[in-house]
Amino acid sequence: MEAFIELDGVEKVFDVRRRAGLLRREKSQVRAVDGLSFTVARGEMVGYIGPNGAGKSTTIKMLTGILTPSGGRLRVAGIDPARERTRLARRIGVVFGQRTTLWWDLPLKDSYRLMHRMYRIPDQRFRENLERCVELLDLGELLEVPVRQLSLGQRMRGDIAAALLHDPEVLYLDEPTIGLDVISKAKVRDFLRDLNADRGTTVLLTTHDLTDIEQLCRRVMVIDHGRLMYDGALAGLHEVGESERTLIVDLERELPPVVIDLARTVRVEGPRQWLAFPASQSAAPLVSALAARYPVMDLSLREPDIEAVIAKMYAGRSGQ
Amino acid sequence: MPSPEPLAVEPAGRSTATRSVELDAFPTRTRLSTLTDGLRAYGMIAAMWIRSTMTYRASFVMTTVTSFVVTAFDFIAILLMFTHVDALGGYQLGEIAFLYGAAATSFGLADLLVGSTERLGRRVRDGTLDTLLVRPAPVLAQVAADRFALRRLGRITQGLLVLGYGLGTVHVEWTLLNLLMVPMMLVSGALIFAAVFVAGGSFQFWAQDAAEVQNAITYGGNTLLQYPPTVFAKDLVRGVTFVVPLAFVNWLPALAVLDRPYPLDLPHWFAYLPPVVAVLCCWLALLAWRAGLRSYRSTGS
Repeated sequence: MEAFIELDGVEKVFDVRRRAGLLRREKSQVRAVDGLSFTVARGEMVGYIGPNGAGKSTTIKMLTGILTPSGGRLRVAGIDPARERTRLARRIGVVFGQRTTLWWDLPLKDSYRLMHRMYRIPDQRFRENLERCVELLDLGELLEVPVRQLSLGQRMRGDIAAALLHDPEVLYLDEPTIGLDVISKAKVRDFLRDLNADRGTTVLLTTHDLTDIEQLCRRVMVIDHGRLMYDGALAGLHEVGESERTLIVDLERELPPVVIDLARTVRVEGPRQWLAFPASQSAAPLVSALAARYPVMDLSLREPDIEAVIAKMYAGRSGQ
Repeated sequence: MPSPEPLAVEPAGRSTATRSVELDAFPTRTRLSTLTDGLRAYGMIAAMWIRSTMTYRASFVMTTVTSFVVTAFDFIAILLMFTHVDALGGYQLGEIAFLYGAAATSFGLADLLVGSTERLGRRVRDGTLDTLLVRPAPVLAQVAADRFALRRLGRITQGLLVLGYGLGTVHVEWTLLNLLMVPMMLVSGALIFAAVFVAGGSFQFWAQDAAEVQNAITYGGNTLLQYPPTVFAKDLVRGVTFVVPLAFVNWLPALAVLDRPYPLDLPHWFAYLPPVVAVLCCWLALLAWRAGLRSYRSTGS
C-alpha cells in the first residue's frame, strides 16, 4: 500500500522556562515527541490514543503544519507540512473537538459558504458534498439556525461537515465525540465509517473513548511520553495491556461473592457485585453461565478506559 | 539526537541555512499571489464579521454612535482649552484641528483595517490561532480581519470632520503640491499606524500579554500627534521622529503645508518622506510578523 502519512524519527523539543527565584529563570527542554516513526496508508482509519500530555496534539499539529518538527522527516501526501502549510491545507480536513470553526452568530450555511469561497471549491462539487453531509449528518433543519443556538452534538456534526466540503484526502479528528450524548456519538461514528468506506478518506482520530476506536478503527497507535508504545489491532492492545472488562451484576439479594470460572469477583456491595474478566474475551458465555446459576436482576458492562490499559501496559512491561 | 542518518536529522536550533531556504521558497510571483490571497481572505472574513454584527443591528448603531461621541470628546477638550488661550504651543485652533484631524483619520483607518491584530495574544493563549493555521489563507490576513468592526467608522468620521474644519480654517495657499500633501499624508499615516499595529501584534507571539505596550504606542501615539510638536520636549520629538517614526504621520507633512518650522533642524524634503517611511515600516512589520509566526510554530506558545 502507498504510504500517505510518513514519519521517520520525528521529534519535537520545547524549551520550557521556569521561574527559579525572583529573576532567574531555569531553562529546560521537554521532548514532547521523541523519535516517532510510523506510516499510514491511503484509506486507513487509525486511532491515535494516549494519556494527556503524551504528545498526541503535538503530533497532529506537526502533521497539519501548525508546528515545525525539531528533527526527523515528516510527509503528508508527499508534502512537507511545515514548509508548505497552505498548499497542504487544501488537501486536509481538521476538526478540533473543543474549538469550533463555525461562525457563532450566523446561520450554519453561511459558514459553509465561506468554506466554499476560501477553498475555491467548484460549485458543482460544493453542492454535492454539502447535500451529502446534510443528509448523512442530519443537518437539514439546522442550516438556517445560528450556530450559537446549536447543541454541542449538532455543532460537532456541523464542524465535521465544514471540514469535508473541500474533499480532503485525510481527516484529522481531535476528540470528535467528547461531551456528546449517545445518539450524537452514534451518528458521528456512522458517518465517519461511511466516509472512510465510500470515499476512501484517510482518517486519524485521537480520542479518550475506547468505544470510538472499537467501532471505527482496525488499527490503533498508542503514544506515551512522545514515543510509540503500541501499533496494531485493538484486540492486541488488550492482550498486551492484559486489560479487563468489568461486568456489574445486580442480584436479587445479598449473596456471598460469586464463584465462576470465566471471571473473578473483585468487589461486593450489598446485592451488587463486580466481576472482572479479560477484555479480549466475549461477555456472552459469562452472562449465560451467570444467569444459569445466580438470580440475576440486571447487568451492565464497563469497558476498560485508555488510561487503565496503558497503566497495565507499563506494569506488564516492568514486571518482565 | 538518537538517529544517526544525516538525512533524517536536522539540528534542533534551526540554523540560518534552513531560514534562507524558507525565504527562497517565496519567489516574487508567489509573494504577489500571497498578497492577493491575503486580500481576498481578508475581504471574505471581514464580510462575515459585518454580517455577524448586523444580526445585532441596534447594538451596532449604539456602539458606532458611542465611538463617535467618545472620540468627539477628545476634540471638545481642545475646544474648551481654546476658550481660555488663543494659541497652543504657538498654534491656532484651525492648525491644531488640521493636525488632530489628520492623525485621527490615519489612526482610525489603521484601526479599522488591522486593529484586530492586538487580539493575537488572546488567540495564542486559548489555542484558537491553530484553527486559522490549517486554512489555505495567509494567517496575517485572517488575524487582521478577525472581529472586523465597522463601528470604528465612528472614529474616522469624527477625524474627517475635524480635518475638514481645520482645512477650511487655516490660512494656506492651496497650491497643487499642498493639495496633494493631504491625501498622501492620510494614506502614509494609516500605513505607518498599521505597521505599528502589526509589529505590536507580532510581539504577542512571544509575550501574549503585550497588548498594553502596543496600546501605549498606537493609542498613545495618536493622542500625541493630535498636538503640535512644539508642546513636547525635544527628546520626545526626536524619539517619535527617528525611533518609532510617528512624526511622519502628520507632523512633518502638515507643518510643511502650514509653512511652520519643525522643532528639530531637519532638511525641508523630510516633509515628503512619509510614503517612503510608510513602505519601510510595513516591510519591517511584515518581517516581524514572519519571525513571530515562525517562533510560534517552533514553540507552540
